Amino acid sequence: MTSAVIDATGLQQLVSTLIEHGYKVVGPTLSDNAIVLAELKSADDLPQGWGVDVGPGRYRLRRRDDDALFGHSAGPQSWKQFLHPPRQRVWSSDGAQPEEPPRYAFIGVRACDLSAIQILNGVLGVGAHADRGFVSRLRRIFVVAVNCTEPGGLCFCASMGTGPQVGPGYDLALTERIDANGRRYLVDVGSDAGSDVLATLPHRDAEQDEIHSARTDVSAAAERMGRQMPDGDLRELLVASRESPRWDDVASRCLTCGNCTMVCPTCFCTSTEDVTDLAGDHAERWMNWASCYEFDFTYIHGGTVRQSGESRYRHWITHKLGTWHDQFGSTGCVGCGRCIAWCPTGIDITEEMNALAGLADDGFRERPDPGDADD
Amino acid sequence: MTDVAAWPAASSAMAPVPYRVRARSVENFESATVWLEPIEQRVASPLPGQFMMLYAFGVGEIAMSVSGVPSSADGTIAHTIRSVGAVSKALHDADAGTVVGVRGPFGTDWGLESCVGRDLVIVAGGCGLAPVRPVIVQALARRSGFGRVVLVAGSRTPEQFLFRDEAEGWTQNPRLDAELIVDAAGPGWQWQIGLVTEPLRRLTVDPRRTTAMICGPEPMMRFSALALMEHGLAANDIRVSLERNMQCGIGWCGHCQLGPLLLCRDGPVVGYDVAAPLLQVKEL
Repeated sequence: MTSAVIDATGLQQLVSTLIEHGYKVVGPTLSDNAIVLAELKSADDLPQGWGVDVGPGRYRLRRRDDDALFGHSAGPQSWKQFLHPPRQRVWSSDGAQPEEPPRYAFIGVRACDLSAIQILNGVLGVGAHADRGFVSRLRRIFVVAVNCTEPGGLCFCASMGTGPQVGPGYDLALTERIDANGRRYLVDVGSDAGSDVLATLPHRDAEQDEIHSARTDVSAAAERMGRQMPDGDLRELLVASRESPRWDDVASRCLTCGNCTMVCPTCFCTSTEDVTDLAGDHAERWMNWASCYEFDFTYIHGGTVRQSGESRYRHWITHKLGTWHDQFGSTGCVGCGRCIAWCPTGIDITEEMNALAGLADDGFRERPDPGDADD
Repeated sequence: MTDVAAWPAASSAMAPVPYRVRARSVENFESATVWLEPIEQRVASPLPGQFMMLYAFGVGEIAMSVSGVPSSADGTIAHTIRSVGAVSKALHDADAGTVVGVRGPFGTDWGLESCVGRDLVIVAGGCGLAPVRPVIVQALARRSGFGRVVLVAGSRTPEQFLFRDEAEGWTQNPRLDAELIVDAAGPGWQWQIGLVTEPLRRLTVDPRRTTAMICGPEPMMRFSALALMEHGLAANDIRVSLERNMQCGIGWCGHCQLGPLLLCRDGPVVGYDVAAPLLQVKEL
């Protein structure tokens, strides 16, 4: 199908149509001096004319000189809070079943975050024990993705191969276009559901040069990202770096606060909490987001396995970029840059990987492969 | 633990299935075996080496290997539980009739079937005897299916030895080469004194036809594996049972990671060829 174009009114109607279809529509809003994902009552709730300035340990809103609705990069939240809620009751002794999850329509899902949703599905949605709650929420979503034409200050999706052009998994994908003729959206259709919704909106077919210029701007964004991962196999680099001196260095900066894991769109770890009422007759089981930086995350009788900050940072980055491949067949990093922005000390995952690669090039890889050792 | 009635069945993989303690037997001053029988819903039979998530109502849930050979007839599951924390204490103390929750079985098993025709060397330290006990029982039950069967079981003290009567019976059993050993003996201890590695070093094994299964504290497993590899055993003929924090048992929670492994899924029983390079990295 060819691309279509909708204008600002069309976008208004897109949001209202999805609400009429029974979706709980969620998208970026302006709240608490940040871009916050929240329920939209109309497209007016989208943050018009706002961008963000981000850097290591830094996140500030800024006024744009246009009226873009999607002119901002990743905020502190991601879609995982809707698909994999921070607190979930997974069992109740009175037999109460979990509430029917809402049908979410996500507006403004970037390429990195669409990829993150698929990665989360690879963890929770498949295998011998799929999380049925997650699967039922995921199956019912309607995704309005947005291509990025300007990278955020911490983005490295191009380096992770996830963006800035959205991949499969969307129902509709928008590219925001603003010029002397005003604001409008190139629309690509990714599903029958998307096609049906588009048909209800005032739209026209896109001209070839409109499509070309939008695609060119998205491709160009890939060239303007200030960060990238080192070349080569990151999984192998991390296996070879298990005893790297870099862990000591990064631990001197890491507060083990867990912010990186909370803002990461793919970090999925949870802890099980068994609770009772005061009388002790009624019991419930809750599954709450957890962080591998918590001291007791690895507690077993006799003590905590990963006690040092070195070992906890090493675990996080190694899991994200290395052992995720072993466990789930993909990387766990999509290059959104959230962990860099929300790290209180500005630790940069790309800088750490490049430092590890540099140390490995300086002889780390000369060491025998630990897999060959017999003890 | 409060007296609780069985709760309604639920479909969530995180929902405990109510079982009743059919019988309880004290093993020593800190450990007891409980036999759990289904009330209505029944979980699949665990294989030796696999674990269940056991729930003490209102207290919490822990991972626990099976210590008995599951009887497929009535679905009874046996666990030998050492009282070390709030949940294990509640489960350890659970008298006959108590309703507890089970989920599982989870993880990899000892793979006894793949050892048919081979010699077995089973090494246990402390509570590590519980997860290998079903292997010993099953190997004895079909004794002709295996070559030599060796058991080296160690403990800190005679008082902490699990299944003491049964283990003493094993030393008298001509179909089993069983050696019992404690770090520090006491009155009446007639067997060896020292570490499990000592009888392992004295062992004569045919490395090409031997599979070893080791369960105990990590340092004990490392040194036992080393002793066996000095006899020529290949690392992938040595299986160890690893322990990490487990909260879900089904690969959702992330707590049980050991490098590339999710031990609830890829373990707890892991080939030493896989485990060795991971265990040698501090705090991995």
